[in-house]
Amino acid sequence: MSEQQADYMNMPDERGHFGPYGGRFVSETLMAAIEELTEAYEIAIKDPEFLAEFDHDLQHYVGRPSPLYFAKSWTEKLGGAQIYLKREDLNHTGAHKINNTIGQALLAKRLGKKRIIAETGAGQHGVATATVAARFGMECIVYMGAEDIQRQALNVYRMKLLGAEVVPVTSGSATLKDALNEAMRDWVTNVDTTFYIIGTVAGPHPYPAMVRDFQAIIGREAREQILKQAGRLPDALVACVGGGSNAIGLFYPFLNDTDVKIYGVEAAGDGLETGHHAAPLCAGQPGVLHGNRTYLMEDPNGQIIETHSISAGLDYPGVGPEHAWLKDVGRVEYVAIDDKEALAGFHDLSRIEGILPALESSHALAYVTKLAPTMKKDQIIIVNLSGRGDKDIHTVAASEGIEF
Amino acid sequence: MSRIEIKFKSLRETGRKALIPYVTAGDPVAAVTVPLMHDMVKAGADIIELGVPFSDPMADGPVIQKASERALVHGISLHDVFAMVKEFREKDNETPVVLMGYLNPIEVMGYASFAKQAGTAGVDGVLTVDLPPEEGSEFVAELAKYELDPIFLIAPTTTDARIKKLCSAASGFVYYVSVKGVTGAATLDAGAVADKMTAIRKHTDMPVGVGFGIKDAESAANVGAVADAVVVGSVLVNQADLNQDNPEAVSPAICTILTDIRQALDKLVK
Repeated sequence: MSEQQADYMNMPDERGHFGPYGGRFVSETLMAAIEELTEAYEIAIKDPEFLAEFDHDLQHYVGRPSPLYFAKSWTEKLGGAQIYLKREDLNHTGAHKINNTIGQALLAKRLGKKRIIAETGAGQHGVATATVAARFGMECIVYMGAEDIQRQALNVYRMKLLGAEVVPVTSGSATLKDALNEAMRDWVTNVDTTFYIIGTVAGPHPYPAMVRDFQAIIGREAREQILKQAGRLPDALVACVGGGSNAIGLFYPFLNDTDVKIYGVEAAGDGLETGHHAAPLCAGQPGVLHGNRTYLMEDPNGQIIETHSISAGLDYPGVGPEHAWLKDVGRVEYVAIDDKEALAGFHDLSRIEGILPALESSHALAYVTKLAPTMKKDQIIIVNLSGRGDKDIHTVAASEGIEF
Repeated sequence: MSRIEIKFKSLRETGRKALIPYVTAGDPVAAVTVPLMHDMVKAGADIIELGVPFSDPMADGPVIQKASERALVHGISLHDVFAMVKEFREKDNETPVVLMGYLNPIEVMGYASFAKQAGTAGVDGVLTVDLPPEEGSEFVAELAKYELDPIFLIAPTTTDARIKKLCSAASGFVYYVSVKGVTGAATLDAGAVADKMTAIRKHTDMPVGVGFGIKDAESAANVGAVADAVVVGSVLVNQADLNQDNPEAVSPAICTILTDIRQALDKLVK
């Protein structure tokens, strides 16, 4: 890295700011708990004993490293750049979410907290949280929008099998943002005993930095694997962005490799022009919600508006503050893929590579189908296959008018 | 001297405690709010806390969440809230009005524009639940230009060092949240409140208001015995919920409760 080149890996500052974004915008009752968590996290992330335990669990419980798979058939079909899939779908519980819940559960254990709460949209983070809570013998309460409970019945039952209590949230739009509100309310009420495992790189400092650090294993592995398999760095990275934890996990270790182009793919829902989407970076404004300043979907009076995406995991009006900063400084390009394009991406990967991807990840795949043909055959794209698609089979079937 | 200072000075001279009712602006309909503010003053309110509706009221329990939702159905915005305060000021230039809400509507309006419009409308203080002083210096500076008091919350979990920081950032009065939880959730523990009052008063001469968990005349009197002001919210807002199909009944129902609490607080005057 030359001296003139910016360092994209030195964020946030000590108060959790990524440029104007991030920070700590929470009610006073939570400040002491957040300060306690920050201190514990800053010690743990430098503590060899903690890191060894984390690595051990990632290897033996999650099954890391996840493969970096060269999608030969799909590459040939698209006729452009070589496409590698980072197979987070092969992790225990079927998505990248478990990397973070293991890290946070280990912190909860250090802090002596025996009660875990979480919010969930698609249910993947809820399942990953219920899983680690079961393993550590902790009580687990998962808040989930009543609307999402309908859409993701399978994951709701999985959480219950794992011993978690799933609390339906009916306030507001009854989706992920409202589940987050309700989890915050629980945390304020039970702050002495409770650890809140946030599932994405949003929320008050230290969550955006902490979740990123737990997810950065994705990019560290991918970087090492591509150097070994292809002998060089990739030309482009692609990942879907809801809150943005799988994306930042892949992107972060490559941020200072400025020859690597990076694309974050938001959910365009019915299309950006319809207003029915979940793409705050592409079509939103900066604001403050859920403890941090970031891009939001909001009306001219600052009220948060309802979002739409076929993928429950991307159906969120905000985005992690580091993404907001990476957009403004121009290091990452944020684009959007609509529901139909995502479904096409889902079917492509299923039929061509024999892999059912999550609808969230299908947004990234759909962007690759546009990007790869514009690139040369000796160029390389790594796309994060952040989760598997079993949970979405009902949604995909419904989109084709099929009922079981 | 600000309206808030004048109010507390006169209360201290007579030994009375301030009664601060909270209602959400525009709940259940916009036409209710200004007459309700006047009625509450007649029923013994000293300061009015006017809630600015927000789509994601994370610190509020179900009662005040629903109030926000009712007001937002009618599209109540900060502009409407300023208009209400301005109309209230036409007949009442003494009772302080404190806006209580969340940061995002203010962010979107812009701090400078918000402060100017609030000041011009006749607002006296602003309590922003999700803006701790660490993030609030720019906002506080804008408020100061229009002599608006920034009101900060102190919680049961607030450390001594933070109490000091919060007291030095605040003006007008400080607001102690008496329970860990959301608005309207639990009943406070009067003994614990008294202990915290002692800790807070080590750091400030400002009046201390106590809210969250005051449900009736008895809990108000318990708090009034140790605090300078008593904030009552959910129990009042619940009347707007019960009478949402008959908005004329909202004000009388709220004022009946306020009158009771006022009498209980006045019994404390020696």
